[in-house]
Amino acid sequence: MTQSVVVQVGQCGNQVGCRFWDLALREHAHINKKGLYDEALGSFFRNVDSRDCDGGASVVGGRIQHLKARAVLVDMEEGVVNEILQGPLREMFDSTQLLTDVSGSGNNWAVGHMTYGSAYREQIVDKLRKASEHCDCLQCFFLIHSLGGEDDVITSPYNSVLAMRELTEHADCVLPVENQSLVDIVNKIKRMSHDGKPGSVIKSESTVISGQGGLSGAEKPFDAMNNIVANLLLNITSSARFEGSLNMDLNEIAMNLVPFPRLHYLVPSLTPLYTLAVNVPTRRLDQMFSDAFGKDHQLIRAEPKHSLYLACALMVRGNVQVSDLRRNIERLKPSLPFVSWNQEGWKTGLCSVPPVGHSHSLLALANNTCVKPTFMELRERFTKLYRKKAHLHHYLQVEGMEQSLFSEAISSLSSLIEEYHQLDATRGRFMPDAPRLSIAV
Amino acid sequence: MSIVTVQLGQCGNQVGHALFDVLCSDAQEGQRKVFSSSSCERFFHQTAHGDLVARAVLIDMEPKAINQSISRAAKSGKWRYGETSHFSQKQGSGNNWANGYCVHGPRHRERVEELLRREVERCDRLAGLMAIMSVAGGTGSGVGTYVTECLRDVYPKSFILNHLTWPYRTGEVIVQNYNSVLTLAHLYQLSDAILVHENDTVHRICSQLLNIKQISFGDVNSVIAHQLGGILQPALTADSCGVYSRNPLGELVSCLTCHPEYKLLSVSTIPQMPSSSMAYSTFSWPSLLKHLRQMLISNTKMEEGIDWQVRPPAGAERTRTLTGPSFNTSLANLLILRGKDVYSAETGQRTDLRTPNVAFEDPALFTSWLSSEDAVNVWKTPVPFNKYEKCATLVSNSQALLRPLDNMVGKAWNMFASRAYIHQYLKFGISEEDFLDSFTSLEQVISSYNQLR
Repeated sequence: MTQSVVVQVGQCGNQVGCRFWDLALREHAHINKKGLYDEALGSFFRNVDSRDCDGGASVVGGRIQHLKARAVLVDMEEGVVNEILQGPLREMFDSTQLLTDVSGSGNNWAVGHMTYGSAYREQIVDKLRKASEHCDCLQCFFLIHSLGGEDDVITSPYNSVLAMRELTEHADCVLPVENQSLVDIVNKIKRMSHDGKPGSVIKSESTVISGQGGLSGAEKPFDAMNNIVANLLLNITSSARFEGSLNMDLNEIAMNLVPFPRLHYLVPSLTPLYTLAVNVPTRRLDQMFSDAFGKDHQLIRAEPKHSLYLACALMVRGNVQVSDLRRNIERLKPSLPFVSWNQEGWKTGLCSVPPVGHSHSLLALANNTCVKPTFMELRERFTKLYRKKAHLHHYLQVEGMEQSLFSEAISSLSSLIEEYHQLDATRGRFMPDAPRLSIAV
Repeated sequence: MSIVTVQLGQCGNQVGHALFDVLCSDAQEGQRKVFSSSSCERFFHQTAHGDLVARAVLIDMEPKAINQSISRAAKSGKWRYGETSHFSQKQGSGNNWANGYCVHGPRHRERVEELLRREVERCDRLAGLMAIMSVAGGTGSGVGTYVTECLRDVYPKSFILNHLTWPYRTGEVIVQNYNSVLTLAHLYQLSDAILVHENDTVHRICSQLLNIKQISFGDVNSVIAHQLGGILQPALTADSCGVYSRNPLGELVSCLTCHPEYKLLSVSTIPQMPSSSMAYSTFSWPSLLKHLRQMLISNTKMEEGIDWQVRPPAGAERTRTLTGPSFNTSLANLLILRGKDVYSAETGQRTDLRTPNVAFEDPALFTSWLSSEDAVNVWKTPVPFNKYEKCATLVSNSQALLRPLDNMVGKAWNMFASRAYIHQYLKFGISEEDFLDSFTSLEQVISSYNQLR
């Protein structure tokens, strides 16, 4: 089994990361009744013998002594990380895993990337290397971070576009999540909770926004939203950590969902959002599949059904069999437009272990051209500012920053949009099959 | 006399486990000493303590499936896998054939060959090797192809049978058609016979014949194991002179795949029913054989929904126009009959013109350039198989797999035309040229099978 290292960066990244570690512990505690440090636990945690002053990690199979997160926490402000270190999860992080500074980056990508980046590069690489060396077989780095800075910051388009260029060029997969979608989901669940209608009482610890059962006590603001993202991470790694009749490793996700190297932006949908307190018949299972393709469950605001699917992965957890999977794919297929060369572009996984509070769950990851409008809108907001050179000097005055970085970044975004556009243009058009090789008889 | 099995990837290890389970419980059924000892000798090796240890090597690039198979076998209490007969890694092959074939295969070659050698040396006499794998993923397909190459290298005179599970058409894996094309093209050069099960077909058997409501992969694997077991358990052949054949793979290959262009074999088994119905059913050989023959002709893989309208062309003259599009022309067929009164079962020898519709030797079923006498073989044993009083298995080298193969190649070709996912393969060491070679090989196979008509 492989291990993953979580790198949480900035205020948002660390707040989400904090919820992730809490829920990960909760999930493993739920399943791991014997208190043994098993391979599944090992994928995200090291087991340290506290008597061993080297902090050397103990072998899989022994008792759990002291769990340390496989994580690196980075922030140019101390606030959030300090909070974590004073909270119930403090024991999970060594000082060697942290990198902080005091003044923050002022919502300025250039300050973060150039100033702090160059100052701390060596330390960052060092900490990442140490985290990797603790792994027997490292498979994946998960980076959790925001893209634009705070939402209402006027220069957030600059930050987003500059960052996106790096993501397009260097990341294997990007799972974008929009705050507004998270807010909508939280509100929907809260409405259900207060509804009081008979038959619609939900089990509060089962909701995708709940941290109940975890270490942290009272919920802080944004915890609900951040729990959703934490659950996304748990579900995406479930089939790599736990057994099932059709395993899906992380490298399989990258392989099947990325047909062209730069088109690696995947739309996540999570269901169910909650479990009803009363037992429901198995028809609910089919409902779960339908929901995954409904807008209420998407973590970004987009219209996949009106765009083109390049590929789609369904990661199912719980007591679901291959026939349930097949039945639902057959049912949903006709209403989902797939690109001509990938009409049956489904990647599926069945993991036997359900998430806490549910009997089954589904995570859908779609590579769909519906991200194009989002990117176009970003480009528009960027261009509005850039045309007038608004606030540009705040960036250009940072040492190492040049105007060419701006033009290259927007150019990267434009060509990404164009790639999506080319594929979009084939939607609804009849694409004849490529003529086959003919063999001399 | 003994067959060594290599289980590759998740599917290979799950199917392999189901197969050994069926073979063991069938072998230990009732009072059939000669049959039992022949079966055990073929598939198991007995330790000093009397434990039955499967003659198998388990390979995967990721540990979970192997661990599950090993522990399930041990829990059965009837048989187990060898303690050191497995090899696994941690990362998996990421559904990438090139990762399996170019990276994992060579990297672990020595270790795998060592495990195989040990298992082969435990056999008094090696009847041949069988590799069980899927074609959709990365390990079964890629590592499986590489390991088959190694088998061919190290045991050039042995018979190699590849059992392949073809995936559901509407995806389990998005790049499944690429992986399948690359695998089949390579195996065609290496394997003596390629026996295929399609998930879609087996799924239908589970739902329509076995009435299973919520079908799991476990159910699918049980059906595959039953059909495979029906082929591999000991039987009396024309060559074996009254004892159970000591050369089952060799005889299978010489019956069915004597021409290098034609190596694809499909299986049909009759009857298949829920175990709860078996007590209330009676079977007659004429009826079973009649259905099986029509299943062959109309290319239906199960005894429901058989199209009785499809007929072979009448008379000795066979022009192309008389054969309807749904008629399945065969190159060779092997019938394996197990159970009560098996010696009375008539499969249509030349002399028996009274029973035309059980005549498997009817020349109209076969391609014109083979005599139907050579093209049909029958193996029998009075020992019933897997709790069925009578059981008939048909292993067929025919056009049965032509449509699914064509489909698979067509889809892969379409995807290749847009170069989708190709960068994922190129980065592990194969080229576009390699893809083209594989496509060309398979178009050749498709063309050959088309011409059987």
